[in-house]
This record gives sequence, structure tokens and C-alpha cells, in this order.
Amino acid sequence: MAASLHIAGIRKVFGKGAKAVEVLKRIDIDVLPGEFLILVGPSGCGKSTLLNIIAGLEEPTEGELLIAGRNVIGIAPAQRDIAMVFQSYALYPTMNVADNIGFALEMRKVPKEVRTKRIAEVAAMLQIEHLLDRRPSQLSGGQRQRVAMGRALARDPQLFLFDEPLSNLDAKLRVEMRAEIKRLHHVSGITSVYVTHDQIEAMTLGSRIAVMKDGILQQIGTPDEVYTRPSNTYVASFIGSPTMNMIKGRVEVAGENGRFVFEGGSLTLPCPAVGEAILGLRAEHLHVAAESSWRGVVHLVEPTGADTYVVVRTPAGDLTSRTKPHAPLKEGDPIGLEISGKHTNWFHCTTGLRLEV
Amino acid sequence: MIAKHLPRILIYSILLVAACLFLAPLYVMLATSFKDADQIRAGNLMSLPTSINFESWKLAWSTACTGVDCRGLRPYFWNSVSMAVPAVLISTAWGAVNGYVLSMWKFRGSDVLFGFMLFGVFMPFQVVLLPMSQVLGFLGLSSSVAGLVLVHCLAGMAGTTLFFRNYYTAIPRELVNAARMDGAGFWLIFYRIVIPMSTPIMMVTLIWQFTNIWNDFLFGVAFSGADSKPITVGLNNMANTSSSVKSYNVDMAAAVIAGLPTMLVYVLAGQYFVKGLTAGAVKG
Repeated sequence: MAASLHIAGIRKVFGKGAKAVEVLKRIDIDVLPGEFLILVGPSGCGKSTLLNIIAGLEEPTEGELLIAGRNVIGIAPAQRDIAMVFQSYALYPTMNVADNIGFALEMRKVPKEVRTKRIAEVAAMLQIEHLLDRRPSQLSGGQRQRVAMGRALARDPQLFLFDEPLSNLDAKLRVEMRAEIKRLHHVSGITSVYVTHDQIEAMTLGSRIAVMKDGILQQIGTPDEVYTRPSNTYVASFIGSPTMNMIKGRVEVAGENGRFVFEGGSLTLPCPAVGEAILGLRAEHLHVAAESSWRGVVHLVEPTGADTYVVVRTPAGDLTSRTKPHAPLKEGDPIGLEISGKHTNWFHCTTGLRLEV
Repeated sequence: MIAKHLPRILIYSILLVAACLFLAPLYVMLATSFKDADQIRAGNLMSLPTSINFESWKLAWSTACTGVDCRGLRPYFWNSVSMAVPAVLISTAWGAVNGYVLSMWKFRGSDVLFGFMLFGVFMPFQVVLLPMSQVLGFLGLSSSVAGLVLVHCLAGMAGTTLFFRNYYTAIPRELVNAARMDGAGFWLIFYRIVIPMSTPIMMVTLIWQFTNIWNDFLFGVAFSGADSKPITVGLNNMANTSSSVKSYNVDMAAAVIAGLPTMLVYVLAGQYFVKGLTAGAVKG
């Protein structure tokens, strides 16, 4: 049975007096049963601390934490009915794979026959039956990762916690294991909280994403919401690759047929209130166009296979445009730019907060 | 050809000379112990014994006299065994638990505490002789083997704690956290996760402690009674007993007997010693 997770007003302060550092500043998150929540942010944003608090490995300075409606503050990690996958996998080096997977069951005094059966089930689910007799040191990175997940799965917990589980794998394996984690979540339906600094992992895995920075929750929403309607310039630039283009300028005319003027050009498009503003444009909504009066010079051409990214140097800064592959462009070519449709994001020029049109 | 290998030849020669210098006393001891009195009087220290003669070994072990007591080294040897074995086991186990707490269950002030313990490693033991003898008297353990065991446990604890603590800091914290989440407590984590990973450092500590305790003279001389003298004290007394003729062969045999157990331990477990000192914690 999947559990809900209720995080309310969680604060964490390390140290005392003048040396105190507040790493979490009142975090409120509600995770629905069966959801896959991603905590994403740069290193030092507090995401791992928050995960450790949910796990019970650290106590919050202040705040409420409910798992399946039960207050777990002050309750030992083992009594919270959660399982965690660690970045280093944390497999017990002197036990074989079967014992690693069964250890938590053994600690819970599950009878041996039940344990053996459960280990076999989990091993089948993860396709590691042939590894059960091996020691962790005899496994490859991907296999260790599977065992670590098997250990978490064996208990059938109410809540799964993942602490950057893929960051020690090479690129190809990471994509593979990402899909595997997603599949396992579909099969088990267990509520999960997943910490990562990789925004692609966040986008592909999460049913919702919580973007954090400096101990503050910046935005929480579905991957689509976070991508298309970032709540501030930080989220806008953190989520999505390449980074969203930011153009500083001034809204001269507000409304549906508004006018935005910036260094080196102007655009007619729906605009927010008159005043200084930042226009955010994804690379896929900014196009190169020979005829446009908004001019720049091709600075860099980056083919990625499916698309080619063209970085255009303009008076308003370097802007990235996604184009078809094999575009006949080369460094130094003068080029025009135009935008498509209504896919624009507006931000306040000083606070960086999202502005609605 | 020679020029090419010269550095290597030089290195091996230096090592060989060093090894010979180091082994020379052992050779003299062994050779002398097999000689009879006539051969010793001939005065050639380095000559090989003309025949293998175990007479002096028998004498040293069971009939050589210390003053009026003519039971050889045997009683002292067993005193040393019954002192060293418990003292080594207790001080090693104690150090393992201390190291486990100081590296994985840190508490406020644990680093300061460790600092004080480090001080114990470098403390000259002469300083504690008088207070220790008072403590032993207070506990009613004066002049007993049990008292010596206690003294060696206390004296060795700082060192064993240091060994284990430094070894355990290399074990990732996540391993303990994972075990905590799996439902293991303090002692279960220690027993099921940490101890199985500790073989190399365990060997180092066992050898280290055994060598120190077996070879100790200071505590043995200060805290033992007539019936609890360890072998180092027994050897000293035997060699210093004045008699008309100095039986060097018996003294040498006695010295080899006194040193044999530590040599044996090193030969049996020595490979772990080097491994344990150089290897960090096992990687997951």
C-alpha cells in the first residue's frame, strides 16, 4: 500500500550561535500516495539533508513530518518503514548478494523460508538471480546498483528514498538504470522521493519535481509545468538543456499586441505590464531566419545528431537556437532571429519572479 | 653490462649487509645455545657449533636455577602465557569497540576524548608506575597475574583504539546508515557489518599487542609477585644469578625460548601485518 508523505515547515540549522547555518528554510511538500517526487538542485541546496531527515538519519530543527499520516519525528529510521538507495550503494562488503538483500528481513526476524523466497522474487524482478552468491566486490557498477535496489525492494516498504543513485555510473548505464527505476516504480507503485542534481533525470523520472536552492523550495510541479512555466529565473535556467535564453529589456506596450524593446532589436508579442522585464525563450522557440531585422552573428554551431544548436551572438547576449541538423551555417555568418508562437516566459527584472501576461 | 645493473647490485648489497647485521645477534644466540661449555671457552663467537646439543635448552626450560629456585624458565613462561593471552584479547576487543564508537557514532566531545586517548599512546609508562601500584593495591590485585592483565589492558587501550579508529574512519558512513535503516542497532552493526570487515586491522592489533605485552619488562618487574613473574623478568633474574661459572649456552637458550612466541606469532600472522598497515577499509 503506497503511503503519503507530508512535509510541513521543516527547518534545519547546523551549528549554534554566530556559526549557525540554516540549510533548510521552512520546506513544505505534500507527496501523494504512489507519486515519484524528485528533489533537484545544485550541490549544497539542502536536498540531501531533507532526504536524510525523511529517512530519520538526521532530526529537523523544527517542523512536521508525516508518513502515511503518522508523525515520525523522533522515530528511529528502522521504525519508519522506509528503504533507501545510497549513492555509494552501501552494500555490505563481507556478505554475498543474497545476504545483502535479505539483511533487512533478517533484522526484522522474518523466518528463513520466507526470506529465501522473497530474495528469489526480488532477484528475478531485477534479473540478478545468477549473482546471488557473489560478493559486492565481484560485481560491476550496474550490478551493484541493481543489488542496492533489490535490498530496498525486498522489504516492500511504504516509502522509497533514493540519494543520487545513478551518479556513479557511466552515461550509457545511467540511461539504462533510469528506465529500470521507472519501470520498478510502475510495477511496485511505492511512493518515492529521489534526490538528484541532474535535471534530465528529474524530467524523465519524476511525476513531480521540487526544485530547491539555498534551502528554499523554488517550485514544485509536474515536469511539464516546471519546464514550460518556471516560477522564477533560477528554475528557468536550471531545468532544461540548453539553458533558457534570457533577454533583458523593457516592455513599452503591454497587452496582447505588446511591444518589447531590448538592445539590438524589438519584438511584437503579448507582454506583461510596462516596465523593465526579462524575456525567457527556450532554444526550440527561437529560430534563425535570414530575413529578420533582429540580427546577430553565428558564434558556435553544436550538432547533437537529432538537432543542431546554434549560438548566436547578439547585442543582448549570446542566444541559443535549436535548428534542424545539417543547417548550412558556420561560425561568423551574420544571421537573423525570430520567435515562434506564444511560448514565452516573463520574469521580473530584479526579483526574477515569473510575470503573467 | 655491469654498469647497467650497478644500481641494482648496490641496492641488493646494502640490503644484504643490513639483513646480516640485523640477524647476527639471532645467529649468535642460536649458535651459542647449541654449543657445549668447552666450545664456548674456545672463545669464537661466530663459529658454528660442532654438534647440535639440546642439553642447554633442557636446562633453561626446566632445571636452571634462579637463586635457590631451580625450576628453569617453565613457570615464568606459563605466567607470561596466562597474562598475555587475556590481556591481548581484552585490549584488542576494547580498542575495537572504542574505535567503532569514535569513528561511527560520534557524539559531542568525542574528538576531544580521542585526543586525550592519543596522549595515552605517547605517555611514558614510568609516570604511571606509582599511581598504578596504588590502584592495584586498592583493587586487591597487587602481585597477581590478574593485576598484570589489567595493567596491560589499560596501557594498551590507547594504541588499540587508535588503530581501530583510524581503520574505521575509512569505512563509508553510508554503510552504517544503510544498516540502521535495515533495522540493525549499535551492537548488531558492529558484530555483523564492522567486525567482518576488520580482519586486517585485527591482525595488526593482535600482533602488536602480543609483542608488546609478551616483551614487557617494566610492568612485569614492578607489579609482579614471586609467583606471577613474566618470562622477561624470569630471564633477567636467571641470567643475573651469580654462580661460579657463567653458562652462556643456557642463557642464550633461555633468551631464545623467551622470544620464540612473538617470532612464531609474526611468522604465522605477519603477512596480515603488512597488509593491514597498508590497506584501507575494504571497498564496497
